[in-house]
Amino acid sequence: MKHIIRKLITGTATVALAFSIGIASAAAKTKVGFVYVGPIGDHGWSYAHNEGRLAVEKAFGDKVKTTYVENVSEGPDAERVIQQLAQSGHGIIFTTSFGFMNPTLKVAKRFPKVKFEHATGFKRAENVATYSGRFYEGRHVIGLIAGKMTKTNTIGYIASFPIPEVVRGINAAYLAARSVNPAVKFKIIWVSTWVDPGKEADAAKALIDQGADVLMQHTDSPAAIQTAEKKGVFAFGQASDMVKFGPKAQLTAIVDDWGPYYVSRVKAVMDGTWKSQDTWDGIGPGMVVMAPFSKRIPENVRAMAAKARDAIASGKLHPFTGPINKQDGSPWLKAGETAQDGALAGMNFYVEGVEGSLPK
Amino acid sequence: MIRLEPLKEVSKGLLYVTPAIAVIVTILLGTVMFAVLGKDPVQAISIIFLEPLTNSFAISEMIVKATPLILIGLGLSFGFRAGIWNIGAEGQFTVGALAGGAVALALHEVEGIWVLPLMCLAGILGGMAWAAIPAFLRTRFNTNEILVTLMLTYVAVLLLSVMVHGPLKDPEGLNFPESRLFHESAILPILIEETRVHIGFLVALAAVLVAWVILRHHVFGYQVKVMGQSPRAANYGGFAQQRVVWTCLMISGGLAGLAGLFEAAGPVGQLVPALPVGYGFTAIIVAFLGRLTPVGILLSGFVMALTYIGGEAAQIEMNLPSAVTGVFQGMFLFSLLGIDVLARYRIQVSRPAWAAEK
Repeated sequence: MKHIIRKLITGTATVALAFSIGIASAAAKTKVGFVYVGPIGDHGWSYAHNEGRLAVEKAFGDKVKTTYVENVSEGPDAERVIQQLAQSGHGIIFTTSFGFMNPTLKVAKRFPKVKFEHATGFKRAENVATYSGRFYEGRHVIGLIAGKMTKTNTIGYIASFPIPEVVRGINAAYLAARSVNPAVKFKIIWVSTWVDPGKEADAAKALIDQGADVLMQHTDSPAAIQTAEKKGVFAFGQASDMVKFGPKAQLTAIVDDWGPYYVSRVKAVMDGTWKSQDTWDGIGPGMVVMAPFSKRIPENVRAMAAKARDAIASGKLHPFTGPINKQDGSPWLKAGETAQDGALAGMNFYVEGVEGSLPK
Repeated sequence: MIRLEPLKEVSKGLLYVTPAIAVIVTILLGTVMFAVLGKDPVQAISIIFLEPLTNSFAISEMIVKATPLILIGLGLSFGFRAGIWNIGAEGQFTVGALAGGAVALALHEVEGIWVLPLMCLAGILGGMAWAAIPAFLRTRFNTNEILVTLMLTYVAVLLLSVMVHGPLKDPEGLNFPESRLFHESAILPILIEETRVHIGFLVALAAVLVAWVILRHHVFGYQVKVMGQSPRAANYGGFAQQRVVWTCLMISGGLAGLAGLFEAAGPVGQLVPALPVGYGFTAIIVAFLGRLTPVGILLSGFVMALTYIGGEAAQIEMNLPSAVTGVFQGMFLFSLLGIDVLARYRIQVSRPAWAAEK
């Protein structure tokens, strides 16, 4: 009997010890949370953020534990999901869509010790930082390529919502395309969604039927590339390298590389040096990366695109350099003047030459 | 050959037990699904169905989720009893939120305890107005309200999108498509400190009571029942079917509109394009799972809310895909309908006629 009791006691002690070690090692781990608006299988926006999460895991191994929640709508559910992550001991939480801005701020107020990082927003707080990529730099590069590659002088553009980010992309791509091909025209279809492969494919078909032989997209699925591949026209990957969906169609892709940023911010939390800030990085710092240029692009065009990419990276070239007029002909930038970040962040007009009007 | 023969006597008691059986069947099916996925089924089921009940934050969030589901489900139950199929509560929800939200934005920074009631009124009227379209088309031209209400949902969602991209856009919002945050006097009072549970839950409870009284004791409750069971008898009974159609659609539209306003002025606090997240459709399951009875809907609203909250928890804790929630809701409706068939019909297995002849 005594024997059994002793066994029980040592047994309990071992369990208790194991348990406390478990807790201790769990406490030493930094928990990193991610909230995605789409499914990680979209191969676009959310997929790219998830690649960033995997980079964090790779960089820190056992020192971190990452969690993600996908398909979170930008409505009433976002706040709960963010709060659940904050409550369950996450030290830093990345909320990766614009619509999470107000919910992130609300939760951040209740959890002053947790750090929050909101992508593409403009409201910050003591414990809420914001970050985004200068994707328009990539749009400039694909605009140059598209202007050279189109034979019909018609570029099809699948747009999502008329927010500054998307409008900026259209303007940047158009200005670049026109600079190498004055006859170029953009046809734009607004699909009012970020991810909907069916709608995206329909839009792609409609644009091709209207004579577009190069497609650009500001939506997240590879549907446009797949359609382009089938119909024998060119397209560009969005957010991630989509070459496997259109080995012949994809000319290059604007790849979002969140990994280095996520790693540095998680490291800052571990070191206790994290501060709220606004980060807007482009090709230079490596947040925006151009996928390999397709061999189907003529040598000289490839060289031109690479040169523009490197000039942007080094700061020698700004995609919005005057003279640029607004669509109605009123002047926006004087010759040699470059756009201020503030003006870019709130861009709500087409530049001269883009046809149609922004959906209201 | 397998035939279904209707039973002459359907046990009433059985019909009240079947939703509970459906829940159990769903959980069993879920266990199989998780096992196939290679996840620990016991852990998954307990995270989805039990853990939220032991955690006060999760319970408060269940109340937040259940509030619109109960309100919309109650409204739908009247029409469903009468055979009037309003599938577009989602649209009425959206227009209600839009109308009430527009009032809030028009009265931005205006203090006054009358602001919220006015918003609620606008929300109800907005939902009713949206439901008036199918009501008019059905009573005037005999159009199918299933199609009209469903199609109008998409119109409503686009209408909300147009408004937050245009007239109702936040002037300081850098052109992003959302309204300003509502002013304090346009935000629903919180019932329980430190949670998002708002006063709308009390309204939902009151609505359950009122619906119960109407169905039990008011002549309208009787008319709805007769019309559902036998439209012809309703005609002989001497009451106008058209009025029942209108009343049912006004009730469901009004309650959906109010639920929409509650979402905008409660948990969200502004108008955003993603405000409609499918409550209008989930409420259809809620109504049927609750056997179209007010108390049943109250309970099933919570069960559905639990699948949402639990599904999220399973994602966070076990890395399960977010589709889990939708799969569970689908299995609920499917098992409920399947079990209903078994409760109402007898399966007859007979040899087909040509086989018997040989």
